[in-house]
Amino acid sequence: MTAELGLAALWLAAALALLQLMAGALALTARGSALGGIVRPVAVVQGLLALIAFVALICLFAVTDLSVKLVALNSHSMKPLVFKIAGAWGNHEGSMLLWVTVMGLAGGIVALVERRLPERTMLATLAGQAFVSLGFYAFLLIASNPFERLDPAPLEGNGLNPLLQDLGLAFHPPTLYLGYVGLSIAFSFAIGALVTREVGPAFARAMRPWVLGAWIFLTLGITAGSYWAYYELGWGGWWFWDPVENASLMPWLAATALLHSAGVLAARNALRAWTVMLGVVAFSMSMVGTFLVRSGILTSVHAFAVDPERGSFILALLAINIGGALTLFGLRASTVTEGERFAVVSREGALVINNVLLCAILGIVLFGTLYPLVAEAMGAKVSVGPPYFNPMGALFFVPMLLVLAVGPLLRWRRDSVERFGKRLLIPALVTGFAAVAALVVGGIALLPFLGLVLGLGLAVASVLPLRDRNLRRTPLPIWGMVLAHFGVAVALLGMASESAWSVERLVALRAGESTSVGPWRVRLADVEPVAGPNWTALEGKLEVRYGGGAEQVLRPQARSFWTPPQQTSESALLTRWNGQLYAVLGEQASGDRWQVRLWWKPFVTLIWLGGILIALGGVLAVIGHVASDLRRIVARGKIAYRRERQGR
Amino acid sequence: MAAIKAKHQRLVLLVVALVVVLSAGILAAWALKSQASYFYVPSDIVAVPPVATRTVRLGGMVEKGSLKTAPDGVTIHFVVGDGKARVAVEFAGIVPSLFVEGSGVVAEGRMRPDGVFNADNLLAKHDENYVPREMQQMTKDQAKKVVAETQ
Repeated sequence: MTAELGLAALWLAAALALLQLMAGALALTARGSALGGIVRPVAVVQGLLALIAFVALICLFAVTDLSVKLVALNSHSMKPLVFKIAGAWGNHEGSMLLWVTVMGLAGGIVALVERRLPERTMLATLAGQAFVSLGFYAFLLIASNPFERLDPAPLEGNGLNPLLQDLGLAFHPPTLYLGYVGLSIAFSFAIGALVTREVGPAFARAMRPWVLGAWIFLTLGITAGSYWAYYELGWGGWWFWDPVENASLMPWLAATALLHSAGVLAARNALRAWTVMLGVVAFSMSMVGTFLVRSGILTSVHAFAVDPERGSFILALLAINIGGALTLFGLRASTVTEGERFAVVSREGALVINNVLLCAILGIVLFGTLYPLVAEAMGAKVSVGPPYFNPMGALFFVPMLLVLAVGPLLRWRRDSVERFGKRLLIPALVTGFAAVAALVVGGIALLPFLGLVLGLGLAVASVLPLRDRNLRRTPLPIWGMVLAHFGVAVALLGMASESAWSVERLVALRAGESTSVGPWRVRLADVEPVAGPNWTALEGKLEVRYGGGAEQVLRPQARSFWTPPQQTSESALLTRWNGQLYAVLGEQASGDRWQVRLWWKPFVTLIWLGGILIALGGVLAVIGHVASDLRRIVARGKIAYRRERQGR
Repeated sequence: MAAIKAKHQRLVLLVVALVVVLSAGILAAWALKSQASYFYVPSDIVAVPPVATRTVRLGGMVEKGSLKTAPDGVTIHFVVGDGKARVAVEFAGIVPSLFVEGSGVVAEGRMRPDGVFNADNLLAKHDENYVPREMQQMTKDQAKKVVAETQ
């Protein structure tokens, strides 16, 4: 019953999306303007129906209704409840349903609250949103119906990939999707603005909280995903340049650029066409990411099922949406009048350089991700990894860091090198000292060296915009900017430190034997069998000491799951303020010895702390922008009210 | 810098952006040509061995009876074959759980001058849903022959 309810809600939502598209488009013409009134309510109801469908699917997973094919294929009655629920989006169909739900809800919220834009632009925006949604509804209903029944129902489900049976999964995909799909709003706003030729500061202000919101979730999603890969995969790395990771990085890069150019457009009415273009590009990157991850052309823990039909479907959606938007842009770009001018040495100038460099990095990542696919189509098997991405990315990332340090200190419109040069003295000195110190210590490779040195300089430079300011009256978005930029420096320091000073030890130990890694003494006390709800495991008991400190215990496991039968290794982590000890238990070697792999990673946690700070900066900026918008609306309302009373 | 005519600002911006993005593209293309890690099967890698500094992937079947653990308990030696050629592989680390003799493996690492492939990383089949892409290809083309040869 629940499954049928969900399916019905999904069909209805799709029908409403069609109605929203038709009504919105017709209302733009002279004859159909009467239809304009229904577009907003339809968008809201469409979002709610998608939500009902998604909740229905969660219910089916929570009670393990095995007569539903998706549940039978991906769940198991013995799984803990939280993983049953998380399993609802731990598969292809469920994750696509989550996608349309987020998309519908985002459209609904925009329809409900956004009142600053001209009504015609709003209609075009909502019609655009409906158009994109409709494609994904069709994809769900035709090629990946999550509510399909199975007759007869099996007695037990297939279970969920054990790698995904982790609390990170309950958090990572929804977060990332909120980011991915939140960018669809920026895309639709860009379409709306192009169609109605209303590209201006109002458009940028309306779009900005959405871009910021999506960007916050993307940042958190990437951060969480990186940490998940770090401790769950047991390889001790935090970023692999895996295509699925790149798929989340590319929209983030585009959204970061969009965020900054929307700031210029909102404040200075410049970079108009460029901002619209980035609005289109950002969501296009989300869709490219979805195509890469969901079409089955890549194999990874994210590619749930290989089905060529689905791949072609997503590719078609991609071509229609991106191609259509770019065509519209090509047709209308010439009508977007040029914005305000500015000197090269100015805040705008720095932001333009930042944007261009971000786009260059985006291009590098996109190129490196797609190249193996293209090469394979031409018959060569190639894989592209860190030897390509690290130096190529750094080539553009390093100048971008310099601009990042300088840009916020510049004035809008026009500035002089003499004026801001003095302010850069302190960070320049810090950078110089750090460089000398790092050279004296020695033995650091080029990239970590640059990371350490620039990270320290940037950490100092990022707080300089607060100098000469009354801290109490500093607007929240400025605090947000400072915090986010500081977060970049923190993350960078973590990456550089991890890369420069990690120590690894791989040994086979008998129970009772000891080894050392970095400042740690590690003794393998024992290896014992343990059991969980749907797995058994061998658990190593490692007694560890930092320097001469107190003894602590780490318990890495080698787990064997029953359904599906699969083995995973559960790493054990010990976090100190200055780094993490990472332990993995391997196989039994000859002579009652156990393989133990240990890493000491100084300051590695800064990587994710930096990610969180960046996201927090975004949160402050959103709160600041929304609060000032609200104040403006309230003030306008008061004035109108007063006028009305005086009029009487 | 104010010498740039204000009239042409948009054009200048466009040109700068194009130049940077294009140079990024050209650099990327050059780097990909020289640094992409290529996939080899044993017969290819024996015929034309890659230089020792270059990271490549080697895919094939782990020969039965070839797997040996060194006295340190963590270094393993095995032979990867494709029916035409055999390559000795050395790997230090924790092997993936489904890495067994007689099944496929993709090893990532460098070919040493002494003809031993030094693997940093082993990609084995994790489960039905996760097969390294190269291996899917390989099993289609060669699996039958390879299995027949190695058994």
